[in-house]
Amino acid sequence: MSPAPQIEFTESAVQGFIEHEAALLDDARLDEWLNLFAPDGHYWVPLQGAKQADPWSHNSIAYEDLLLLRLRVERLKNPRAHSQHPPSQCQHVLQRPHLERMDAVSGTATVRTAFVYVEARGEEQLVLAGRCRHELRCMPEGIRIQLKRVDLLAPERPLPAVQLFI
Amino acid sequence: MNKPLALPGAIQSLVQGDRVHRDLYLSDEIFALEQSRFFSRAWTYLGHASQVPNPGDYLTQDIAGRPLVMVRQPDESIKVLYNRCAHKGTQLVSDACGNVGKFFRCPYHAWTYKLDGAPLAVPLRNGYEGTRLRECESGAGMVALRHVAVYRDFVFVRLSERGLAFDEYFGEVLHAIDNMVDRSPSGKLTVAGGAMRNVVNCNWKMYLENINDTVHPMSTHESATHAASELWKGRPADEPKPMAMEQILPFGAGYDFFDKMGGRIFPHGHSVLGVNFSIHSSYARLPEYEQAMREAHGEARAADILQRSPQNSVLFPSLSVKGSPQAIRVIRPLSASRTLIEAWAFRVDGAPDLLFERSMTYNRLVFSPMSVVAHDDVHLFESMQRGLRADGNEWVSLHRDHRPGEFDPPTQTTNGTNELLMRNQFRAWLALMSADEASDA
Repeated sequence: MSPAPQIEFTESAVQGFIEHEAALLDDARLDEWLNLFAPDGHYWVPLQGAKQADPWSHNSIAYEDLLLLRLRVERLKNPRAHSQHPPSQCQHVLQRPHLERMDAVSGTATVRTAFVYVEARGEEQLVLAGRCRHELRCMPEGIRIQLKRVDLLAPERPLPAVQLFI
Repeated sequence: MNKPLALPGAIQSLVQGDRVHRDLYLSDEIFALEQSRFFSRAWTYLGHASQVPNPGDYLTQDIAGRPLVMVRQPDESIKVLYNRCAHKGTQLVSDACGNVGKFFRCPYHAWTYKLDGAPLAVPLRNGYEGTRLRECESGAGMVALRHVAVYRDFVFVRLSERGLAFDEYFGEVLHAIDNMVDRSPSGKLTVAGGAMRNVVNCNWKMYLENINDTVHPMSTHESATHAASELWKGRPADEPKPMAMEQILPFGAGYDFFDKMGGRIFPHGHSVLGVNFSIHSSYARLPEYEQAMREAHGEARAADILQRSPQNSVLFPSLSVKGSPQAIRVIRPLSASRTLIEAWAFRVDGAPDLLFERSMTYNRLVFSPMSVVAHDDVHLFESMQRGLRADGNEWVSLHRDHRPGEFDPPTQTTNGTNELLMRNQFRAWLALMSADEASDA
């Protein structure tokens, strides 16, 4: 993959991208959010959190390609998505994204962002904390997510339903 | 009802042939009685032997509100002990699993115990001379459960001295475990991939009933199956589906499909749903694996195993088994209105990795806290838990296909949408709850 010179691919551009990504989720602009993924991108919430090596040797709370992410988004649009009566809302509270690695030649970067995630629905509110690791790729159409990995604290503990995207 | 539960017949009056009273789901008093009677007298799944492969390996688990520890012995056998120090009650181990080495050592005052719970040593031994310590429970070590059964590496316990022997309690439904274990040509499964753990604000019975509920997928899961079929629309019928599509799309099958899959009941609440076929029957075939199965088990037995993929087999009241994909759900009641559900996957010795992938993928898609299938189930269970507080109707209907005298014979096969499988659970519940009307020591 050659870099795309017309796209700004700098530390501040990447940090802005991470904040934009979270804002789209919090604003429920999910179709736009899906467009941030590379065609072969994945969303991954490992069951072992930060210590998990890969999605194949151990299970994950979520490991989804674009097909499954789209299924999730399409389902949420259906008035018969019963669990969305009342609807869920979410808020990501991010620490400043930390650029772990950036390679201008290949147009790739790794960004780590600590977060607190709140999902509220009816009288209930769920709070999750952890850190995200984004593997980003600079493509002709813009920065795209190759992998969004969400490492939760104590992800193997019993959890209630987490209905939106962390 | 408001009838004191201590009165003779009070519990029986809550379970009728074709309906059950809401107190079974709502009452804290009933739940306390369940802990002391029902969950103590029933055989409950604790864990799998592969989780404690070496001597000193342990696994902690609360059952019926009691803290237990399953531990592998020096002679390779498995014992289950109460996880409390004989001294003051400290839990000897507090991690979910680990290895204690050659003995248990209490972190509080350093009392030690052999792996079978026998007392080993206490500090300041002289201070106990002339006291009654040795003659009482505190001098007898950790308490070992007397009723532990290991069936093909699945470890079950019965806490109470009352209750049926293991084989009598489960009977033929143990074939559901055989069907899953024998999918390994060498007959060996290993727990792998971790557990999905979901906490649901509903009574445990709602979850367990739903495992046998064939009429809900069309309406409950409509949003998930509709989205899946829309995304897959227009593809040729013979195009190989991604595993996720292969597993989710069958949820949209109609009433007729679920009715014809058939169900079977057994005494003591157990059942197999999908005796003819199920949503798991049409997974892609694996010729090399099937050949290995024929070589290991013979033509007839291999065919029998591979052709049977029941929807769910319930080993009442704690375990639900899917032979294919190799996955189990464990129901851990926490209170009248709170239930923990665990979903575990297995590696199948001698089978391709694809089977493990199916097992993990299914659990992730359907039983994860982020599952788009489970979200609607969980919402509706929690909705029932609230809705049942309404006035004007204190009963939960189980009328579908009900016939008087229907439990003759006690083992029988029926249509898949018959609520007989649920009525059978309540029949068993009542028997264990009311036998002798006394709580167990």
